[in-house]
Amino acid sequence: MILALLGRLGSALAVIWAAATLGFVALNLLPGDAIETQLRLSGVDADTIAERRAELGLTASAGERYVRFLLAVVRGDLGESWLSGEDVTQAIARNLLPTATLAVGALVVACVLGILLGVAAALAIPVVSASANILLQLSLSMPIYWTGTLAIFLFTVQLGLLPSAGAGRLSQLVLPVLVLGYHTTGAIARVLQSNIREAMSEDFVRTARAKGLSERHVLGVHVLRLAMLPVISVIGLQAGFLFSGAVITESLFVRPGIGRLLLDSVIQQDYPVVLGIVILAGMLYVTASLVADMALRFLDPRVTL
Amino acid sequence: MILLGPILLSADPMATDAEAQFQPPNARHPLGTDLLGRDVLSRLVYGGRQTLLITVMATLVATSLGALIGSVAGFVKATWLNRVVMVVVNAMLAIPGLVIALVVLTLTGRGILPMILALSLSQIAPVALVIRSAVQTVRHAGYIEAAVSMGARPLTTLWRHVLPNIRPTLFSYVCVIFSYVLLNGAALSFLGVGNEPGTPDWGVMLAEGRAAFRSAPWVSFAPGVAITVTVWAVNDLANQILLSNKRTVR
Repeated sequence: MILALLGRLGSALAVIWAAATLGFVALNLLPGDAIETQLRLSGVDADTIAERRAELGLTASAGERYVRFLLAVVRGDLGESWLSGEDVTQAIARNLLPTATLAVGALVVACVLGILLGVAAALAIPVVSASANILLQLSLSMPIYWTGTLAIFLFTVQLGLLPSAGAGRLSQLVLPVLVLGYHTTGAIARVLQSNIREAMSEDFVRTARAKGLSERHVLGVHVLRLAMLPVISVIGLQAGFLFSGAVITESLFVRPGIGRLLLDSVIQQDYPVVLGIVILAGMLYVTASLVADMALRFLDPRVTL
Repeated sequence: MILLGPILLSADPMATDAEAQFQPPNARHPLGTDLLGRDVLSRLVYGGRQTLLITVMATLVATSLGALIGSVAGFVKATWLNRVVMVVVNAMLAIPGLVIALVVLTLTGRGILPMILALSLSQIAPVALVIRSAVQTVRHAGYIEAAVSMGARPLTTLWRHVLPNIRPTLFSYVCVIFSYVLLNGAALSFLGVGNEPGTPDWGVMLAEGRAAFRSAPWVSFAPGVAITVTVWAVNDLANQILLSNKRTVR
């Protein structure tokens, strides 16, 4: 068990390393960067640009920079922003809390809604399952910025209930969390629905029914326990989607956070910040799938790591 | 309908009409006009052509490259090759698709070709992973072993015996990738890093319409509904393919 866990940790580290390397290679392919764009716009001569580049260690060969970059990352140092000079780790830390609040809230909404919709869609009651199915399909096919626009129109403009922008107060969190959460609901609900349908045809369900157990008991105790297992893996996979979703949600609801930081850095070609966020995303993905696997193993003794 | 559009529609998607700003739907403009008096229906149709062109191209590139990488990794026996491919694929999976696309667009700038590149690169890894496991499940089937033992070359076996047998998986996954690419592409345009502002494109239209949602909801309603309906239909197609396949197997 411990050996298997160590093996998983090892491959997790390999994945993060490979992701960091991919990001580094990609961002070093082209010569243009923020320093040149920024300084040239402000009308500085070529010497000053060269000086600033040397200061940031950009004149060294690509190989040398790569080794330096890896060593720094291992020490937890992601370098500093080319534009603001702020430490990248600090910039990320400053933006982490709003995004984490948004993502965790959305994940809770998605789990609750996803389980409700998934069960409802699998029920044999026509009206319930049909409407649950429509909500499920809409969650999968409506773009997040479209749901968000509609939600802002309904709750902010028409009803005047909730603010549509900013962060800090709880009321400003409600709409983004609901929108991002609803967007993540579909994937969870669909997997749960098809698992419940499949589990319903298993022998133990027939046995349970034959014992005279109520339909509610069969569904709630016997079927759900089996059908929930794959859902845990799906929830783990949603971490990446939540990250992408956070970029859009934060921009839509004008919230500070990692998504906004990423978008701004991409537009301004501030590569150290972009690279730092790529590494953060890689770590998140690896952690989420590791946690999901552990939970699965804990709940289902048949699973080995 | 989107293909026939230019023949049926007389209104120019780029023609501006200062007198006809934000007209609600009427006889001359069935879906109304936007901020610059441009006809929403005709922009929707032309935008659909551009959006769907980008989506189809990116889907084709992503699935063919992903299927190639995945099937080779799942079929070839060389373990080191398999490992290297898996580390790269996992690394690309670890970075969210939208982030990959954003990084690529940082390097390439805006436009149709950069969009296709960015969107397809971000979907290669998931395709490769799915195809690899599909290939591995059929790899040890009797007919494959038979073909190999009869001396068929690996690539021939892969093309003639393995690929036809994972076709339903491949096709239904193509649909899934299509809807991801469509949603992500529109998201990039929405965030202002995808297509040039002003071009008729569903994502751009949605972003432009949002600013005026209060007074002229029809401007963003049209592209929003168009994206939703397209993705829904394609998702449904994917389910149908999988279902009909399950039936024939049983």
